[in-house]
Amino acid sequence: MNRVLKRTFFAVVALAAILFGFDPARAGAADLTIGMSQFPPNFHPLFEAVLAKEMVLSATQRPLTVHDRDWQPSCMLCLTYPTLENGLAVLETTADGDEGIAVTYQIQPDATWGDGTPVTSADAVFTWEVGRNPQSGVSNAELFRRILSVQVIDDKTFVLHRDRVEFEYGSVHDFALLPAHLERPIFEADPSAYRNRSLFETDPSNPGLAFGPYKIASVVPGSEIVLERNPTWWGKPPAFDRVVFKTIENTAALEANLLSGSIDMIAGELGLTIDQAIAFEKRHGDRFNVLYKTGLIYEHLTPNLDTPLFQDKRMRQALLLALDRETISERLFDSRQPVANSSVSPLDWIYTDDTRVYDYDPEAAKALLDEMGWRDIRGGIRHNAAGEPLAFEFTTTAGQRLRELVQQVLQSQWRQVGIDARIRNEPARVLFGETVAKRKFDGITMFAWVSSPENVPRSVLGSDQIPTADNNWAGQNASGYRSAEMDSLLDRIEVELDRDKRAALWAELQQLYAEDLPALPLFFRADAFILPLWLKGLVPSGHQGVSTLWIEDWTSDGR
Amino acid sequence: MLRFLLRRLSESLIVLLVMSFIIYALLGLMPGDPIDLMIAANPELTSADAQRLKALYGLDLPIHERYLTWLGQALGGDLGFSRLHRQPVMDILLPRLWNSVQLMGLGFFLAAALSIPLGIWAALKPRSPRDHAINFVAFAGISVPPFWLAIMLIMIFSVWLGWLPASGMGQAGDPASRLQHLVLPVLAMTLLTVGGIVRFMRGSMIEALRQDYIRTARAKGLSQRGVVYGHGLRNAMIPVVTILALNFGTLFSGALITETMFGYLGMGKTIYDAILGNDYNLALVGLLFATATTLIANLAADLAYAWLDPRISLR
Repeated sequence: MNRVLKRTFFAVVALAAILFGFDPARAGAADLTIGMSQFPPNFHPLFEAVLAKEMVLSATQRPLTVHDRDWQPSCMLCLTYPTLENGLAVLETTADGDEGIAVTYQIQPDATWGDGTPVTSADAVFTWEVGRNPQSGVSNAELFRRILSVQVIDDKTFVLHRDRVEFEYGSVHDFALLPAHLERPIFEADPSAYRNRSLFETDPSNPGLAFGPYKIASVVPGSEIVLERNPTWWGKPPAFDRVVFKTIENTAALEANLLSGSIDMIAGELGLTIDQAIAFEKRHGDRFNVLYKTGLIYEHLTPNLDTPLFQDKRMRQALLLALDRETISERLFDSRQPVANSSVSPLDWIYTDDTRVYDYDPEAAKALLDEMGWRDIRGGIRHNAAGEPLAFEFTTTAGQRLRELVQQVLQSQWRQVGIDARIRNEPARVLFGETVAKRKFDGITMFAWVSSPENVPRSVLGSDQIPTADNNWAGQNASGYRSAEMDSLLDRIEVELDRDKRAALWAELQQLYAEDLPALPLFFRADAFILPLWLKGLVPSGHQGVSTLWIEDWTSDGR
Repeated sequence: MLRFLLRRLSESLIVLLVMSFIIYALLGLMPGDPIDLMIAANPELTSADAQRLKALYGLDLPIHERYLTWLGQALGGDLGFSRLHRQPVMDILLPRLWNSVQLMGLGFFLAAALSIPLGIWAALKPRSPRDHAINFVAFAGISVPPFWLAIMLIMIFSVWLGWLPASGMGQAGDPASRLQHLVLPVLAMTLLTVGGIVRFMRGSMIEALRQDYIRTARAKGLSQRGVVYGHGLRNAMIPVVTILALNFGTLFSGALITETMFGYLGMGKTIYDAILGNDYNLALVGLLFATATTLIANLAADLAYAWLDPRISLR
């Protein structure tokens, strides 16, 4: 019996030693563990733009061009950003007789894939071939379709011949180079099976797939991705030996992991919501550095302009005047999410403050409603001469707590001027898959548009972008906004190469937007990065270029 | 017995076939598809791109055509590729199935090992302080929300005490690390399961101990131990076996909330993500696995009834 007891005792001690021998600091001082709420579904740079994938690939590859942290187009893999002025872009006539443009890119001379093969123009040609092939399944095929051909000048220089001259003719942010020496045989064997057989899917830790500061060392699907230094990286050496991306989908668990030391930081792009970050900062602000960065996610209210109630722009203006957006931003977001005046962010160079501004003015809202005939107030709700109540359905994504909170405040503020907004929320899948995509709403929906710097909002404002059964629900102009003036501005902005003239057109567009209110602007969303005090050099861009594009600037100071 | 087994197995196959169509149709009835959602998130994507991608993934075909294509391939042994992960479905499912079996199996085993003796112990002295104490723990286990329990466990053992990792799967190829990462999710699963079984075991045993044959056994002079374990337990186990069988059925379907909170890669989260991502092949095969396990568990329960109670015959 004693022997059994002794054995049991030692077994328990051994098990406890294993179990409680956990040391969060074991990861090592030269490692950085980033927590984020999403795991990349796949690793191919051309298929499905997913933020989690962007976070990882931005550390292992570099796009030819990006918007830099000042939101200006610039080079990353290329040496000089091509412009008409520096001669790297030249106007030309296409075979069809249209005006096209030839844009020359010079690849960084030392750029080399992780297996030692140089990054060359052959990779650009192969990437273009994959992008253009209709069987390959590339998401943004439009970019590749508009490149008529790729001309190789030498190993490190190539020319893209584009079918149309647009102001951002030099930007090819989504033209992510693929390693032709590894991928071409797989693609040529069966282009339709390439998306499943690519090494990015079957062997993502193959060093030949990376030419950035890091390469993927290992992947535990759904859980973590470990990056280690890429010995062939040509740029500034990164500070950390290893970077680990750890996926924890629940934000409460993400926070607990940060506090327990299992992760070092929470990525702003895929981390806590703004209210969670503000609450976290109040509790643990002495131990962590919380960085807020306003971005390009534009929260707004989209009315269905085919509904008679919203056809008169005075109604849209009254609705906006009745909302105290500044107070909402102050109370709910600690003023971290600025109030929007149009769909253009104040951080974008094209922004103008010379537009109509709708400060909170319930009396002006009431006056406009009276003017439109909504004078008869019964039970606190306005009615028109026909006895119809001023009421509509107000929809947003069910389960998104912060948005629902804002919705309730908006509802109560409208109620104060006699407007009855009836909340009927739907899961995101239903809202975006049916209600908005097929314009199956009569009232107002609240959601966000994602854009990029100086993004021409053709898909959301163009008259030809209204989803209908006839066009198979194509386009994102869910409000059904039709304006010949806006259409003309969109056309002219796209092809105006002169920056000053374009700025004037952008100002006109914003003024028209603020006057017509095709959508009622609310806020620009902000990302919150929760960083350890010792991590320096992380500067969020605020646009779609994720923070890891500049990971080599991150340093560990006094860890 | 053999005829019974063959009949039940053939019935199970029919159920699986019908379920495969129902699941496929239900997935198809969900509004929107991943390409619609992709358009909403990517301003660069054109409507022409959307149409091309839908055709490429077969999302433009009627649901019955898609189902028949899948069924034909599945009967030929090809369960297809996961659209989300771009890997063969079984390459995704098998590791996660094994993870679920580890998590749920350990949780199930511990819960059964704890709850059956606790339930019996409580039943031997109903309404005594120990019965009240056991009931209190059982009700707490039944009522506590899984996400709250998970966060509490993380806060206590990872944040405050720093003994265990808060989440994840551990280092690949390091069993000690794997074990460390399993402790909290298994503990959560055990605590969440134990209450229900304790209540069933207690109630069933109290009922069994009131029966005439127990009085007869006692009158024959059998010890308390002999009465409880020799006569009471076997009869009391019949309803508990049903509950255990139902719990066993969840071994392969995973525990969504526990997996999400602990960043654990099991079947629950895999199936959930596959459904939301319209990954038909992955969702379908995952759900069919879960259905098959439930059917097998019920068959095992029927066999156990016959073993526990010779009056029950299998025909």
